[in-house]
Amino acid sequence: MSTRQIRVAIIGSGPSAFYAAGHLLLQSEPEVWVDMYEHLPTPFGLVRYGVAPDHQKIKNVTRVFSKTAQHPRFRFFGNVTYGKEMTLADLKRFYHAIVFATGASVDRKMGIPGEDLPRSYAATEFVAWYNGHPDYAHLSFDLEQERIAVVGVGNVAVDVSRILLKDPDELAKTDIADYALEALRKSKVREVYLLGRRGPAQAKFTYPEIRELTSLPNIDVIVPPEEAELDPLSRKQLEENPDKDVEAKVELIQQLAQKSPEGKPRRLVLRFLVSPTELLGNEGRGVQTVKLVHNELYATDAGTLRPRPTDRYEDLPATEVYRAIGYRGVPLPDVPFHERWGVILNADGRVLDPKTNQPLYGLYCTGWIKRGAQGVIGTNKPDAVATSEHLIEDARAGRLPLPETTDPTVIEQFVRERQPNVVSWEDWLILDRLEVERGKAQGRPRVKFTSVEEMLEAIRREKMAAG
Amino acid sequence: MTVRNVLSTKGFGVVTVHPDTSVLDAVRTLAEHNIGAVVVVDEREHVVGIFTERDLVRQCAARGAEALQLPVREAMTPDPVTALPQDDLRIIAHLMVERHFRHIPVVEDDHLIGILSIRDVLQAQRDQYLGELDTLQRRLMERFEWRRRDS
Repeated sequence: MSTRQIRVAIIGSGPSAFYAAGHLLLQSEPEVWVDMYEHLPTPFGLVRYGVAPDHQKIKNVTRVFSKTAQHPRFRFFGNVTYGKEMTLADLKRFYHAIVFATGASVDRKMGIPGEDLPRSYAATEFVAWYNGHPDYAHLSFDLEQERIAVVGVGNVAVDVSRILLKDPDELAKTDIADYALEALRKSKVREVYLLGRRGPAQAKFTYPEIRELTSLPNIDVIVPPEEAELDPLSRKQLEENPDKDVEAKVELIQQLAQKSPEGKPRRLVLRFLVSPTELLGNEGRGVQTVKLVHNELYATDAGTLRPRPTDRYEDLPATEVYRAIGYRGVPLPDVPFHERWGVILNADGRVLDPKTNQPLYGLYCTGWIKRGAQGVIGTNKPDAVATSEHLIEDARAGRLPLPETTDPTVIEQFVRERQPNVVSWEDWLILDRLEVERGKAQGRPRVKFTSVEEMLEAIRREKMAAG
Repeated sequence: MTVRNVLSTKGFGVVTVHPDTSVLDAVRTLAEHNIGAVVVVDEREHVVGIFTERDLVRQCAARGAEALQLPVREAMTPDPVTALPQDDLRIIAHLMVERHFRHIPVVEDDHLIGILSIRDVLQAQRDQYLGELDTLQRRLMERFEWRRRDS
């Protein structure tokens, strides 16, 4: 391989990984060869395991990624874990550059007493569970409780509330995990409280997300009128920074506050300006009560409206809690990490040496592990392009370290020695086809395999059958 | 998007000078790091001012070359508005445009943790809008294709 060609390893296979691959494969000076490593046998990260099963259209973005994967200079090594089967030292032997695109899917904790009681859950784990993520399929969630509190008002909080409340017959038309569907069919939930610490104008969910909740036939959406009101600070800010989405959202919330419930079987209660301060209960009986403090808003120096606790408290008799208040990345072996931000230490995608704050040429990051959990799927595209451009710039400037060998066969052999059950892109296409076929019989987009063994076995069987 | 998301991609550390530093040395710091502003902090790392290219121009216009010998405390903009990591980037953008700030120090628990330039804000907002546009356009095109298929 001449210096006109470089070989790049991408760790992770979610949106930022594929956007980076797509941009790198477009380059001609130098020409880039991409090997993508994924811990699971299946690609697409949070598109497959984060996006809600009843939002299939959002998952269509995988068509763009699959096109990238067809590129002759692209290879996929699934079921290979960074730091385990492939270490940084291993990768450096074979690649001019390594791009970390491992995301940020671990939830932030509330930091309040009682947080670790039984039936206090991380929303991200619930999401991974109902989406059939093999690492989370073994979890179980108590769906025997009638009243549940979901802490947070972002899209994960909204997804979790909707999945908890939606008619299981509707969910049965999606690719939700079968075990989750079965559990949700037996669910006793009657009421979900969605708790926002700021007011309606600051809620992170979008207008379409909240509109969708109000259009579910079996749910009354309720808002306490006093919490739907806009305070003078929010009103002033909305006047200074008009925003169609916020205006529509606030208007809808205020309409809901005026409506009386229609006696539907399930209720969603939107609460604003409240924060949990403690989960009351005990190890034996789990969460019994959520202690809330009422907040008021104040403007920071710069003008952002922040919540501040008042002396008004309230006991919410919810016996199950899902926290969805933010996410952080997980540190990767041998990669400098910025603890404060929960991201890889980086300067616009170039990984930095923690001692000198200077780039470690050859190491890059993109997506949520670079900037934190933020934005829609498409936001990762400009992010990945920026990182890829730095990589290319460093390649052109001769700053990338030279690997021992870039022989694709040698690399593949090495990977297979470390992980005999490596899953190629062709293997994934087999799984994909089988899942879709299984779905067709039931009128569903697909029925997912939810364990790694099951996936490997299915691939083996198909290959045997094909001779 | 918050200030935190932008600072996350800017490494760590921020260039600072002490209030007793001479303007000349502060200018050399600006040149050395190729930046347009430096935060002035006291012994306890508290932000007491910001010294920018604009301050230099103003001081030189008023006092000529003598300005270079002044301590930075006399040439800086004292008590600048600061941002928090949780601050919404839209609000920061609005503030910087309305009040003509090109730089804003970021503090957490009263300690300086970073600085945002108007360029950082512009780039972050551009990327955010480009990303949202990409997602919206793709979904519009898909909808169009479905309609065509359905009809």
